[in-house]
Amino acid sequence: MKSLEELKALRDKLQSDMALREDGEDKIKILVGMATCGIAAGARPVLTEFVDEIAKRGLRNVQVGQTGCIGICQYEPVVEVFVPGLEKVTYVKMTPDKVAKVVSGHIVGGAIVQEYTIGSETA
Amino acid sequence: MYRANVLVCGGTGCTASGSASVIESLNAGIAAHGLEKEVRVVTTGCFGLCEKGPIVVVYPEGAFYQSVTADDAKEIVSEHLLKGRIVGRLLYQDETAGGGVSSLSETAFYKKQLRVALRNCGIIDPEDIGEYIAVDGYQALGKALTEYTPEQVVQVIIDSGLRGRGGAGFPTGLKWKFAAASEGDEKYVCCNADEGDPGAFMDRSVLEGDPHAVIEAMAIAGYAIGARQGYVYVRAEYPIAVRRLGIAIDQAREMGLLGEDILGSGFGFDLDIRLGAGAFVCGEETALMTSIEGRRGEPRPRPPFPAKEGVFGKPTILNNVETYANIPRIIMLGAEWFSSMGTEKSKGTKVFALGGKINNTGLVEIPMGTTLREIVEEIGGGVPNGKKFKAAQTGGPSGGCIPAEKIDVPIDYDNLLAIGSMMGSGGLIVMDEDNCMVDIAKFFLEFTVDESCGKCSPCRIGTRRMLEILTRITSGNAEMDDLAKLEELCYHVKMNSLCGLGQTAPNPVLSTMRYFKDEYIAHIEDKTCPAGVCKELLSYTILADKCIGCGMCRKVCPAEAISGERKEAHSIDTNKCVKCGACETACKFKAVVRA
Repeated sequence: MKSLEELKALRDKLQSDMALREDGEDKIKILVGMATCGIAAGARPVLTEFVDEIAKRGLRNVQVGQTGCIGICQYEPVVEVFVPGLEKVTYVKMTPDKVAKVVSGHIVGGAIVQEYTIGSETA
Repeated sequence: MYRANVLVCGGTGCTASGSASVIESLNAGIAAHGLEKEVRVVTTGCFGLCEKGPIVVVYPEGAFYQSVTADDAKEIVSEHLLKGRIVGRLLYQDETAGGGVSSLSETAFYKKQLRVALRNCGIIDPEDIGEYIAVDGYQALGKALTEYTPEQVVQVIIDSGLRGRGGAGFPTGLKWKFAAASEGDEKYVCCNADEGDPGAFMDRSVLEGDPHAVIEAMAIAGYAIGARQGYVYVRAEYPIAVRRLGIAIDQAREMGLLGEDILGSGFGFDLDIRLGAGAFVCGEETALMTSIEGRRGEPRPRPPFPAKEGVFGKPTILNNVETYANIPRIIMLGAEWFSSMGTEKSKGTKVFALGGKINNTGLVEIPMGTTLREIVEEIGGGVPNGKKFKAAQTGGPSGGCIPAEKIDVPIDYDNLLAIGSMMGSGGLIVMDEDNCMVDIAKFFLEFTVDESCGKCSPCRIGTRRMLEILTRITSGNAEMDDLAKLEELCYHVKMNSLCGLGQTAPNPVLSTMRYFKDEYIAHIEDKTCPAGVCKELLSYTILADKCIGCGMCRKVCPAEAISGERKEAHSIDTNKCVKCGACETACKFKAVVRA
């Protein structure tokens, strides 16, 4: 370490784990349904893909968590996205391949990926 | 990146209650469920709530689990970490909020606290410099080296109003200014981690939970006064603190944050640990510095003050661990930020080790000016078993007690002095109606008699004579005359002792005599101990009308002092009775009474 700039750069790189330990009130939350139905339908690879994608982009204001069964087992894996102040969005029949698009489009871009939502399935 | 962090306290308190096996069980469970890439277990420093240890906190939810066993840890993995279901039965129960809470900041224990010195304890892994850097670690050192002259650093500390947290409360900035002004080719920065007061463990917790904060602050101090070498004097009885500090120093050296040309500034500073053998007197600054030099730890007269002639006769500053822990924050956020907290003459916060008759034993940090009532009743959760609060002892063997009628006095350096106690390093021992104040004074005096180094006679002989008088009082052999003698002796020892140990040793006696004189008089004139503590003044009797003759007391009596036929009232032979109290505990009918 030869300068303060170097120290600051290192700090920024190391912050992702610490962000996890901050108060989560104003963060975007991504909850993956991880009840028996969700796990059986392949929720775990979806969850890890979200974690990886968010780490890759260095997003500090996003939390990835698990939730239980919300009663639509036929649509699992189900993923709910909560942006503070907005209505929740429910994505269904998720796969790891779809994750990147949700993160780039919805989490970063703010545009809901309509084609993966529960609305497009039931319509 | 991980989706969840599981923080487990690895401080001395939680280690003693079994956190190592909890960590093992968590890691085994995580491996069994294949969660290694998603969940990380982090060993941290003290969360403060030692009473409820081992403490486990799971983020991002911030779920606060208490008294976790290795079996509970398995459940946390299979329920919370695997399925996302918080384990309700293990959550910290906040009595005042009525039921379990999952978040730290909501609890009565944390709500009134303000964590500055303890900011990273229980948040980061103290054995990983990366985590300290991630929470702005070493930024203050960088800021001082690149934006401030040494004089400006000293000025910031002066303006902040920070006073020494080791007990006496001398303004830290002034100390630095004197040392900076001293001529000398070599200077030293020392840290006093020789925490020896019975019941105090603030400094240990800071070193265990956030060792880099102390290292960073000492480097800043080195820059401010022109020193290139520092010593941390820490007692060998703190193995976890010593080990983590050693790891932290090695990591800081590896990263170039200690050593030559730090952050390209040209300034060089390095640190070494000196282990103390546990003599209380080595917490006194001149004795401590003598011990660093490798000689017998005995105090010497001042002046010359350490700022002129300290370690190896060179200009030296010596600050306490908690004092240093505040420094990086003050440099980062400014003197004004720090001085906005606290009272007029006592700025910032103070860490207290809460112990004795209190529900939440542990470590708390509060803004100066918080009342004792808030600490005891709100943060501490009150006195257990519905007993009445009688007094709190602060400052250990150098301090005094705060009686119940002063419970609303805002705590700061000057207020505590005014009511005959002192801030001390921050031990706060709560006492209830079952504590005898004469016995408390005797306890602390026994400690100082043991720990007196013997160099000066007022302390060596004076404290022993005082203890003899106290022993006479508690054994019922004293005259009223002794009370006046004791008081006179107190003033002589105070005035004439060489160092702080002797000068403050009479404080526990003086303050208990000031507020609880009636208890002293009861011991002397009535030969009774009102709290029922002093054994030689006690007698046990069995109430014939309550005794059913079950024989339980007879069975447990180790001295065979109890006799009586089955189903008939028993009696105690006072000549044989050793006053152990076993019969009182054993009796289910409250027939055995103490008087």
